[in-house]
Amino acid sequence: MSSNSSLWSDAIYRLTRNKAAMFGAFILVILILCAALAPYIAPYSYSFQDLNLGASPPSAAHILGTDVLGRDLLSRILYGARISLLVGFVATGVALVIGVSWGIIAGYAGGRVDSIMMRIVDVLYGLPFIIFIILLMVIFGRNLWLLFGAIGAVEWLTMARIVRGQVIGLKNQEFVMAAKAMGVSNFSMFRKHLLPNILGPIAVYATLTIPQVMLLEGFLSFLGLGIQPPMSSWGTLIKDGVESMEEYSWLLIYPGITFTITLFALNFFGDGLRDALDPKTTDN
Amino acid sequence: MAIPVLLAVASLTFFLVKLAPGGPFDADKAVSPQVLKNLNEAYNLNATEWEQYVDYMSGIIQGDFGPSFRFPGRSVSEMIATGLPITFELAFYSILIALLIGVSSGVLAALKRNTYLDFIPMAIAMIGICVPTFLMGPLLVLIFGINLELLPVSGWGQLPGDKLLPSITLGFAYAAYIARLSRGGMLEVLNQDFIRTARSKGLSERNVVIKHAMQGGLIPVVSFLGPAIAGLLAGSFVVETIFQIPGLGRFYVEAAFNRDYTMILGTTIFFSAMIVFFNLLSDLAAMWLNPRSRDV
Repeated sequence: MSSNSSLWSDAIYRLTRNKAAMFGAFILVILILCAALAPYIAPYSYSFQDLNLGASPPSAAHILGTDVLGRDLLSRILYGARISLLVGFVATGVALVIGVSWGIIAGYAGGRVDSIMMRIVDVLYGLPFIIFIILLMVIFGRNLWLLFGAIGAVEWLTMARIVRGQVIGLKNQEFVMAAKAMGVSNFSMFRKHLLPNILGPIAVYATLTIPQVMLLEGFLSFLGLGIQPPMSSWGTLIKDGVESMEEYSWLLIYPGITFTITLFALNFFGDGLRDALDPKTTDN
Repeated sequence: MAIPVLLAVASLTFFLVKLAPGGPFDADKAVSPQVLKNLNEAYNLNATEWEQYVDYMSGIIQGDFGPSFRFPGRSVSEMIATGLPITFELAFYSILIALLIGVSSGVLAALKRNTYLDFIPMAIAMIGICVPTFLMGPLLVLIFGINLELLPVSGWGQLPGDKLLPSITLGFAYAAYIARLSRGGMLEVLNQDFIRTARSKGLSERNVVIKHAMQGGLIPVVSFLGPAIAGLLAGSFVVETIFQIPGLGRFYVEAAFNRDYTMILGTTIFFSAMIVFFNLLSDLAAMWLNPRSRDV
């Protein structure tokens, strides 16, 4: 790892100099803190209803106003952050595990195994996955864990391609051959020699996958096929906001702003990470 | 390649739908056993699963997706035929808007690199990528439909201008992606030797860009169009729901809610076929545009 540390410290140096990326990271830290501490910092419970109030515009008692059922919007956004970020991170984690293992095995094995595994990826790429997720949600019920799994199972394909390409590049380098000659087992080869060297691209792609996943969750929740009440994600808040936007536009606008800022922050941070780890691609 | 994939998709979807818990007629109101029996008879549900499968697959090959579970007397093929032209029209306008805005601003940004003509369109493109369709649509409705009262907020082809907002909503995100792709592609091409040669032989900048650079620089855009069709389809679910457009996307979402299994099955297979077809088409077009892969 000692040879890696200079790459990583260089990268961290470049990352900290990138204002957009640091701004993104700052917003993300705040959001994650808000999500984690939601029960302590939210002014009200997410299901507390002030029935006398109904939908009320932003005021001193309710900074972002209340929804049609008299629930505090700020609290609902804070609690929604938990679900939205959880889906983003967990589903990306699922995609990461499948994609990285698939890519390492295909790239390292090479030959026929590689071509069969990558042909499967090619085929899956061509399929309408969104439709399959909807199908799964319809058939097996709208279950949070199924949602994680289904989204993760869709997003691993690009990861598998990236990792495979990297592994093929590494496979013929001396240190891998030396390790092989010393009789290192396949598993420790993956874990100790290959994985540390491809962490960079994996980290970059994972950061850029999280906003994709959150968009997908928002999309499903918007159609009513994702997160179900009384739980709420930002997608369901936007859906509720749309239903009453003619009279109560704040119910659409504040969740919308939160969602958009989060996606911005994730994209800026991901782009910054990519530029920091691979200065060659800065132009794109 | 495409045909075995489609057969696999059709079979997988068929058995997935069969796995669904509960029969299709477990409706809210109880049905007498005799009626249920007749219904099962009519929809061929008493046959073994294998027979149903063979029946269904041979139907598909003849373009028959069977009857709808929820709308008695209407066939799935008929419903696809009603919704498809509308969805196609919406997708066509959206992609047209996306290409016009995306390519022109991307090419301009590449030519005027590091000026305001580069930064501003790219910043707007970032917004286009980060604001999801399901937020963009309602916001446009709120601004142009409700506050300014400029454009109708729902329908398709009933009021003048009602096609504008849905097409912009669906096209905007793609305009953003296309702008980024064409900027990247153009930047790569503009540094190459053949462009320098073209310039040094005294061609006008206009000719250099249009005749030489764009052909190569836009290959990424062409390869993007195939996968974009899949995204457009998903986007049409949202846009047709927001603007109440009676297209295929809305039928699909409604079928998902109504558990209209034959409709879901039929449209899934149909969508897959379309996506596989458009991917093939865009691969072929990108290959044809790239002289290096054309000769191989």
